[in-house]
Amino acid sequence: MRALTWHGTNDVRVDTVSDPEIINPRDAIIKITSTAICGSDLHLYDGVIPGVAPGDVLGHEFMGEVVETGSASDLEKGQRVVVPFTISCGGCFHCKQQQYSACDNSNPAEKQDMSATLYGQPMAALFGYSHLTGGYSGGQAEYARVPFSDVGPIVVPDHLEDDKVLFLSDILPTGWMAAENADIQPDDTVAVWGCGPVGLFAIQSAIVMGASKVIAIDRYPNRLELAKQLGAEIIDFRETDVREALMEMSGGIGVDAVIDAVGMESHGFAIDNMFDVVKQKVGMGADRASALKQAILAVRFGGKVSIPGVYGGMTDKWPLGAMMEKGLQIRGGQTHVQKYTKQLLEKIEDGTLDTTFLISHRLPLEQAAEGYKNFKEQQNEWTKVILKPGMEN
Amino acid sequence: MSQNSKIGAGLGGVVLTAGAIAFGAFLSNRHQNRGYDDAANHTKRQPEGSNAQVGRSVTIRKPRAELFAFWSDFSNLPQFMENVEAIEAGADGASTWRIKAPPGQTVAVKTEIASKKQDELIAWRSVEDSEIETSGEVRFEDAPGERGTRVSLVMAYDPPAGALGRAVAKLFLREPQVQARHDLKRFKMLMETGEIATSARTRDETRAAKQENG
Repeated sequence: MRALTWHGTNDVRVDTVSDPEIINPRDAIIKITSTAICGSDLHLYDGVIPGVAPGDVLGHEFMGEVVETGSASDLEKGQRVVVPFTISCGGCFHCKQQQYSACDNSNPAEKQDMSATLYGQPMAALFGYSHLTGGYSGGQAEYARVPFSDVGPIVVPDHLEDDKVLFLSDILPTGWMAAENADIQPDDTVAVWGCGPVGLFAIQSAIVMGASKVIAIDRYPNRLELAKQLGAEIIDFRETDVREALMEMSGGIGVDAVIDAVGMESHGFAIDNMFDVVKQKVGMGADRASALKQAILAVRFGGKVSIPGVYGGMTDKWPLGAMMEKGLQIRGGQTHVQKYTKQLLEKIEDGTLDTTFLISHRLPLEQAAEGYKNFKEQQNEWTKVILKPGMEN
Repeated sequence: MSQNSKIGAGLGGVVLTAGAIAFGAFLSNRHQNRGYDDAANHTKRQPEGSNAQVGRSVTIRKPRAELFAFWSDFSNLPQFMENVEAIEAGADGASTWRIKAPPGQTVAVKTEIASKKQDELIAWRSVEDSEIETSGEVRFEDAPGERGTRVSLVMAYDPPAGALGRAVAKLFLREPQVQARHDLKRFKMLMETGEIATSARTRDETRAAKQENG
């Protein structure tokens, strides 16, 4: 089959690789109809996540048609399914708590040691996201092997086209959980750093959850415009002192909740960020956390901090004093996708949530490398890219 | 076969045996703590290179009796113990463990049950004239609430070639502590999900297939 494979920093290519096969009883094989490039794929593209090997098939946002099932799969050939990026067994302690992204059993035993060393406990597996998370082939390909297919994939009705449901695989539930982690109350003012896809969905979710005001922070006019259309007030951080502005917009109290939808490659102007850029480049493992630090300083006393942005390792110069003195609640987390798919599918069906407004480009799978390059370098225009295997060039 | 590869195979075999026997092994003194704190002996800080005792616990979301019954039938163990090709029950109550050793060899180790307590404990040790002295126990305890069962595996063995043996074992990815940890994880996967996770895309890429062909 054809698949997008990683070859090195800023080097991905569409190659011919072996077709996936059913290996375990609960597996299914999906013929992919739509797959997206995620902002977190850029962390792999940028080479800041360790444990990616040349030839690895990337991609964790995908959907398609069931073409083959293992003996213990409950899917049927011909069904259209969206596949969560988190691989979860459904039977372990964490899955039973609906903490699907902490599944005990999806990361192969021999791959668990890397993340156990890094985090104290091993990570669950994700599709197409380095050998830290299992080394599973991803979905930017014609076909994918989907383990535990009786737990993850959600069958979607035929009347909903791919564009409306594809993002149930990751960014829509990620944005929703980001808002949920910000514990939004009806009178809250919420600030969201980053108007990429997750930031935009977090904004939409916060509004649906009843926040009285949502403030979006970014530097790209087109992305800020998308936030505005959702009903957010906007700040361009190149033009405005963010903390001053947030204090004014929250009536001098400080915002009640902050959401960092940027992650470890933030492009802040803070002086410490310059050091972090250098350290990250030379492999000292420092995550650039300038957006998060700014968010922690801007949130009010007793406020809530939600971190959907991806961080991999360590950061330094952490505002520990602000965290303690202000009595903050901080919550992060990989998305427990399976917990949200059903309720969010209902919200898509009844029109509460729209997923199509941020899609800027639809490309054939063969042009995936171009998609990566532009998604990284032209963030103002390339807001979200969908790849379609089989689409005419 | 050249002389060198014979030596390599021999050493590999012995070391492998030590590593893999890890599974066969039982240690009776786990609960006789020598330290003053409550931590298990195998978590005590040990001198560098000392590897006499390894152990690990996992919590498995299944009833104690079910896990005990599965483990009691030693012929089930090769499903999740990667180095163990087969375990054959002998007429005298002893078992012969056939341990995989590259290149394509197996080493046989005879073990006997040292003690067994229904739904709680299975302990075993190598018989007296074994090449390698080894012992082990697996203990099953109720976990709090609805968490299932806490399964603890503790093993002891005499490294055959000291630090060198350990280094070679590590080279073969059969360092006992690592192997014990991985095998217990695979046991948990098998019990909780009915299968053992693999990220292989094709059947040829699975570890089992690679070992067969490699």
